[in-house]
Amino acid sequence: MNVKPYSRDRLLSKRSKTKREAVRGGGLQAFFQEWLPKLVLSPTLAVTAVFVYGFILWTGYVSVSKSRMIPNYEFAGLDQYERLFNSPRWAQALDNLAVFGILYILVCILVGLALAVLLDQKIRGERILRPIFLYPMALSFIVTGTAWKWMLNPGLGIEKLMHDLGFENFQFDWIIDSDMAIYTIILAGVWQASGFVMAMFLAGLRGIDQDQVKAASIDGASMPRIYWNIILPQLRPMFMTAFVILAHMAIKSYDLVIAMTGGGPGFATELPATFMYTHTFTRNQLGVGAASAMIMLFTVAAVIVPYLYSELKGEKRV
Amino acid sequence: MSSHDYSMANAGTFGARFARCIIYGLLIFFAMVYLMPLFVALVTSFKTLDEIRLGNLMTLPSNWTLDSWKAAWGTACIGIECNGISPYFFNSLKMTVPAVILSTVIGALNGYVLTKWRFKGDNWLYGIILFGCFVPYQVVLYPMATVLGQMGLAASTTGLILVHTVYGVCFSTMYFRNYYIAFPNELISAAKIDGARFFRIFWSVLLPCSGPIIVVSIIWQFTNIWNDFLFGASFNSGDAAPITVALNNLVNSSTGVKEYNIHMAAAVLAALPTLLVYIVAGRYFVRGLMAGSVKG
Repeated sequence: MNVKPYSRDRLLSKRSKTKREAVRGGGLQAFFQEWLPKLVLSPTLAVTAVFVYGFILWTGYVSVSKSRMIPNYEFAGLDQYERLFNSPRWAQALDNLAVFGILYILVCILVGLALAVLLDQKIRGERILRPIFLYPMALSFIVTGTAWKWMLNPGLGIEKLMHDLGFENFQFDWIIDSDMAIYTIILAGVWQASGFVMAMFLAGLRGIDQDQVKAASIDGASMPRIYWNIILPQLRPMFMTAFVILAHMAIKSYDLVIAMTGGGPGFATELPATFMYTHTFTRNQLGVGAASAMIMLFTVAAVIVPYLYSELKGEKRV
Repeated sequence: MSSHDYSMANAGTFGARFARCIIYGLLIFFAMVYLMPLFVALVTSFKTLDEIRLGNLMTLPSNWTLDSWKAAWGTACIGIECNGISPYFFNSLKMTVPAVILSTVIGALNGYVLTKWRFKGDNWLYGIILFGCFVPYQVVLYPMATVLGQMGLAASTTGLILVHTVYGVCFSTMYFRNYYIAFPNELISAAKIDGARFFRIFWSVLLPCSGPIIVVSIIWQFTNIWNDFLFGASFNSGDAAPITVALNNLVNSSTGVKEYNIHMAAAVLAALPTLLVYIVAGRYFVRGLMAGSVKG
């Protein structure tokens, strides 16, 4: 640690002595010093209280009000939630989220883990490969979605490429097929986030106790067995974190859909985030939009709160 | 039993060599798949429209042209304006730079207070701030739009700076808190005994050691804010819109012929700043990613 700047203070001890006395002497100065840290933190707390928690309450209030096109703060009980859950479009959004969420999380973890294990084999060129798997995470999906949409375009993209390569009957028009469009969203989503899972698992693999692994291999255990029985169980916290982060990303997914399909064809790729946006800002259904936003919040909170609680709790014991 | 080295690095048998070929093969295959969208976007941006229609994704342009880049930057029509994406590029810059600086400074001070001036209930307060990182922004969109409207900040860069600072601070607070928590408290106590006070300790003791985490925070905030689409689309889709919104409008405008080459050039231009940051300081990007998901 660099202590130089602090030792410079020591040279100024004469001046600081008088300062210390002033603090000891009590009075306004000491009071100020005691409260200064809290004062510094307070703007953030105030802003968080208003812009996060206050706004949540506000949206919550809109969701139990009669608001439609314009806000109407007359209490309406759970009417908006009833309308929300009676909406086939919302049902479709939830169905899509289930398919998208489950496959996105599962495939991201599988691909991420596979890449991490492959990269952990003392690979030459790891320093080149790792950033390649991770760069999608640094780009906006509005940007990369443009490229994906282009690649998935049946007339010009991968389908055309395969035709040119001689596979005349090759068909790949998922993005305009309402049964398959959701899988293109998953494909692009996995491409974007799996590098992050890889980086996390790779960090985990590098922290594994090598003695145990060596002992097992001397005992004649095969590579897959070593991974399955010794290494993967030690990565359990990484699986947990990956699940939590990916689940919350899945629920919030918005750019992904907008850039690729805009929710279509029809409502085939509608997700809660796009549903909320159109109902609030273009379909003038403030109440239903607010209700859908609250459902999103509850879902995210159900995943995140226990996780944060255990993380912060665990920290104390250390 | 033959002894397998766990990494198989020095196993010379045929089977082991074959396994290594497979491993390298798989990695290279994956790398190509991951690079494909970027490659396709770049290649397409240098082609003419005719060539796009005749060729396919992977064919290289027969005569490379910069026309679509020039058009994307300066003359492509977004809505009714035909000034390309350059004005929006600068909008994004004007929005991102102040928001990154503000959120990083505030986050650093917060992290300092939360780790070195601990008080009863501080962990709870931290948890309350931290939850703000994970809140689905849909739940704040409507109130935020209303408040920005009332403050006269709707459709303004200032409004977006405010929004990004507010919701960026929870991330930067998390970075600095997780970093400062490992900083030895003895140094702080020693400085206190020498009479240094709150800001002096921060300035002379902590800050000189904060280089890496400042870089992490700046990079991560820059990437997030530059890439934001939801806030931009909700609060600012007019002349002061950020580049992501403009790009989306350009690509999804339904009038006229789809000029894919211009779309791709515009997409690459919109990605350029974050891509550059990633190439120059990817190491710190990974650290931020980890700090955001794993404690410590």
